[in-house]
Amino acid sequence: MREFSTGRKITSFGLMGLGAILSVGGLVLAIMKLLDNFRGAMIIGGVVMFFVGLYLFPTFKHHRSIVNVIFLFPLLFAFAVTVIVPLVLGIGYSFTDWDGIRVRGFIGLENYIRMFKQPGFLWSVLITVLFVVFNIILVNLVAFLLALLCTSKIKGLGFFRAAYFLPNLIGGIVLGYIWQFIFSNVVTKITTAIMQEQTYSMLSETKTAFIGIVIVYVWQYAGYIMLIYITGLNTIPGDVLEASAIDGASPTQTLFNIKIPMIAPTITICTFLTLTSAFKQFDVNLALTNGTGSVQNFFGNYLTNGTQMLALNIYNTAVINDEYALGQAKAVFFFIVLAIVSIVQVRVSNKREVEL
Amino acid sequence: MKRKEKLPSLILKMIIAVLVAVYVLFPFFLVVINSCKQTADITANPISFNGVSFINLFTNLKDVINNTHFRFWFAFFFSVIITLLSLVLLALLGSMAAWVICRNKKRWSTVIYFTFIASMIIPFQVVMLPLISTFRDVGRFVGIPMLQSVPGLVFAYLGFGGAMTVFILNGFIKGIPVDLEEAASIDGCSPEQIFFRIIFPLLKPVITTVTILNGMWIWNDYLLPSMMLGQNGVVKTLPVAVQAFVGSYVKQWNLILAAALLAIIPIIILFFFAQKQIMEGMIEGAVKG
Repeated sequence: MREFSTGRKITSFGLMGLGAILSVGGLVLAIMKLLDNFRGAMIIGGVVMFFVGLYLFPTFKHHRSIVNVIFLFPLLFAFAVTVIVPLVLGIGYSFTDWDGIRVRGFIGLENYIRMFKQPGFLWSVLITVLFVVFNIILVNLVAFLLALLCTSKIKGLGFFRAAYFLPNLIGGIVLGYIWQFIFSNVVTKITTAIMQEQTYSMLSETKTAFIGIVIVYVWQYAGYIMLIYITGLNTIPGDVLEASAIDGASPTQTLFNIKIPMIAPTITICTFLTLTSAFKQFDVNLALTNGTGSVQNFFGNYLTNGTQMLALNIYNTAVINDEYALGQAKAVFFFIVLAIVSIVQVRVSNKREVEL
Repeated sequence: MKRKEKLPSLILKMIIAVLVAVYVLFPFFLVVINSCKQTADITANPISFNGVSFINLFTNLKDVINNTHFRFWFAFFFSVIITLLSLVLLALLGSMAAWVICRNKKRWSTVIYFTFIASMIIPFQVVMLPLISTFRDVGRFVGIPMLQSVPGLVFAYLGFGGAMTVFILNGFIKGIPVDLEEAASIDGCSPEQIFFRIIFPLLKPVITTVTILNGMWIWNDYLLPSMMLGQNGVVKTLPVAVQAFVGSYVKQWNLILAAALLAIIPIIILFFFAQKQIMEGMIEGAVKG
């Protein structure tokens, strides 16, 4: 049986003890609001020392468990502080009058009732749903057609794939401004030349601005979804396609009776990806129109947030209008809808895949 | 026997492919030519080459780089630092966590794993507001600034990227035979040696995938850094800087497009060299995620 040196035992216990003292001391200072510039370093240093001590702990039996804890701790800690704690707090805050800094009182469902009484919010929900539906259909259709094109025998396939994928590399904010330029400066020039009269930017009209966002989104996202379809199409065994060719199937028949059913799992993935990402769309919306656009009559209300989708509506409610609790309630609603829709979508597609 | 494609249909496909490519790439072309112009020439005709010159490009770029709202070099530097730190830590801590979760078939590991998976559906919006207030309060309490600081942002990326990273890595580690580890253990390797000497080097391909996925997301992310760093702080990432810059100079298109060009160029250069890896990484991430 191997033995541990006294030196190691002393180092281990010493570090653990000192680390515990430092971090607890730091917390005590924090409660007493002392030494602003030092207590952070004390706490971090203390925790690190404690873990080094724990690592050197003189044991063979439990060493593996100690390593497990040390390996898991950093990521789990970050995950808990950035995701779990804010999620729980956020759901709680949505039932209060939280103003971003403190909570004064519990107000039950008032935020939820208020948000459904806001015509602007209902409009945002409506156009988000429309946007998602448009995008699921258009992105998948365009991407699938491009994938067929990019699995055919044309020359320069590598170039075309890379070129179609390129927009996906660039962030929504930058893309949004580039397209704002195109819609308001380039497209108007072209339409003015064709119509022989002054035309205005399509971003200034709610309906056409909505189409504009869809165009930008398809332009950005179709190349990525195309890559996934290409992978799906390439998994279809060559002999299946050959057999159908020998049996005299036309290209259309091959497409609908072999290719599409065989890539059903890929279709599920792509629908899921477009659904969730279109639903969460924020950057392009912010940079392209910032949600503006007039709606003359939405159940008797005049609205100015014609192109404002849900994510942007939540942001504006909280950050711009300073109504944190209301924004948080909208966000919880957003979360619930997204969760339900994605679970239903995956269930339905899985069922259909089995049937095929 | 393979069906020979008829020449006319092939030519038609080729024409369509070229047209689509022109459509997809045209915005980039417009960015390049119009950042080489002065405002008057852009308003006159944004599509023509009239007024395109390198001198204009340099003046525009110089104006943008020195602009107090944009401060390109600062933003670029912070973007690089934040992205690199997050990627290295996510790869290292993510694979450590994924290995522990994968190799311990206990109730706690299953609970952690499914919590990670379930958390992937949480939209950022629902945690965004409490996150900022938590970070502000915790930072104030322990005396470490968490908002408007690089470590705070990297910490947040660890939290948000952790779930997907662990999920993808876990799928890969499952495929590595346990025998390998048992043999090493008999030879006297400690668990941490097994991980760092045997498992970690084997993870290279999947770490590439994870790094590409996280890298694309972190580099382009706008909402999280804009909430945490604010528009007017010293620490800014490139997307935040672009937004702050455009917000301050309405419709100076030659400058806005020059800023866009500066924001695009680094990632295009990267794509040029690592095209295959990036595209494969994005596919794998989607198919597994």
